[in-house]
Amino acid sequence: MASEFTMRVWRGDLSGGEFKDYRVEAQEGMVVLDVIHTIQATQAPDLAVRWNCKAGKCGSCSAEINGKPRLLCMTRMNLFEPGETITISPIKTFPLLRDLVTDVSFNYEKAKKIPALKLKAKEADGTRRMYQDDVDRVQEFHKCIECFLCQDVCHVIRDHEDNKPEFAGPRSFVRLASLEMHPLDEEDRREFLKGDAGLGYCNITKCCTEVCPEGIHITDNAIIPLKERVVDAYYDPVVWLMNKLTGK
Amino acid sequence: MSDQAVAVNRGGPTDKTLRIDAWWVEPAVTVGMLSTFLIYTTWAALVNEHYYVAPYLSPFYSPCLSTSCAHVTLGLFDWPLSPAILILWAPAGFRLTCYYYRKAYYRSFWMSPPACAVRDGHAQYSGETRFPLLMQNLHRYFFYAATLVVLFLWWDALLAFRFPTTDGGSEFGLGLGTLVLIANAAFLSLYSFSCHSCRHLCGGGLDVLSQSPLRLKLWRQVSRLNENHMLFAWISLVGVMLTDVYVRFISMGYISDVRFF
Repeated sequence: MASEFTMRVWRGDLSGGEFKDYRVEAQEGMVVLDVIHTIQATQAPDLAVRWNCKAGKCGSCSAEINGKPRLLCMTRMNLFEPGETITISPIKTFPLLRDLVTDVSFNYEKAKKIPALKLKAKEADGTRRMYQDDVDRVQEFHKCIECFLCQDVCHVIRDHEDNKPEFAGPRSFVRLASLEMHPLDEEDRREFLKGDAGLGYCNITKCCTEVCPEGIHITDNAIIPLKERVVDAYYDPVVWLMNKLTGK
Repeated sequence: MSDQAVAVNRGGPTDKTLRIDAWWVEPAVTVGMLSTFLIYTTWAALVNEHYYVAPYLSPFYSPCLSTSCAHVTLGLFDWPLSPAILILWAPAGFRLTCYYYRKAYYRSFWMSPPACAVRDGHAQYSGETRFPLLMQNLHRYFFYAATLVVLFLWWDALLAFRFPTTDGGSEFGLGLGTLVLIANAAFLSLYSFSCHSCRHLCGGGLDVLSQSPLRLKLWRQVSRLNENHMLFAWISLVGVMLTDVYVRFISMGYISDVRFF
């Protein structure tokens, strides 16, 4: 059964913009991205929106729906009451290009700085082995689709532009955790985490976990374990003393 | 685009938030709950009376380390003030630096941020990179100290089976207070051992867990508990307060303990 909605969509670019209302009829089974496409097809052919897979796997259609960071393609219209006004705005943390499309290159610049995987030496038989028990933990991090909703919602950079040079953000921490906990990796990234990545800026408010469309436990399984590893290296006097005594 | 080149004017809406749900309820409830606990605990810790009625000792006064205690656990020295002061720093520090409570009070008291996608209440932000918040990194030491306190609470729960008799001796028994003390020790144990630092120490700090089967097993168990760390944090917080209220009310004569046998 079709229901009519008012979609308040942000229209504009860096020089300015405003919300514009579109009355749209949503058919049963539609998601918000379908409704945005309907607006494009019938009322605003110049409306800019980034999308690709429409299956929650490419991470392209990130936006804010009624102020909450979400994927347009994974938000069903039946979440809303018929006749409701739904606000669609671009993700706030990154510079707007046009309408709902932002420049997310900040995240790729941060990714370039992450120390890459450094494999351990091969075993005597010329192979490297890892066991499922060790791989289980890092597989969760590989589910990341790079939608950057976690980066968008993180108040450290969302509300404090000046922190961007010093803070890599939750997406980077997920990547760093996948490398740092990798059973075949021998790189030590704790200095990078404490320094360049700015892990200390994170105050564990868990918003990144709340918005992750892949359900990755970013705070509990990536950020906090990384913080504990940094504590091992820099803030634990007993570990420091043991390392001194054992010459590590 | 380099980091420095990110434009300050990002375009888009500039509202504090576009959320239309009741995002303020969670921080408001948290402020109410934590404030109630803080006020009650401070009063109960300083009042220095009605914390023991045989065989029940309030958890706020356990272990009782002063020789002047109404029920001495370890009489190390004479302490003129409330003996609760000698030990409450450990569980208080444990909760203050706890990864869950950090989320709770940064959001609700410090508004940094008050809720997800709601503007931070502060113009400047340096997180936990500077003193005093840098001290949050000492969480594992408070975990060690708080775990010791929990061990004493289990000892108190065992002693709560030993009821005094009229001839000055003691007998084995079970009262509602015994069950209250056991439940309190159990919830505090669940909270302590579901801690993120405990999880790290059990095995989270290793890259190759498969080579340490015991630590792998421990890490898995603690990880399971850790999924409910927030739940245990609240249950144990309310539980420890109600346990003190129960002991205090019996001691003050407001209620009588239910004795099963």
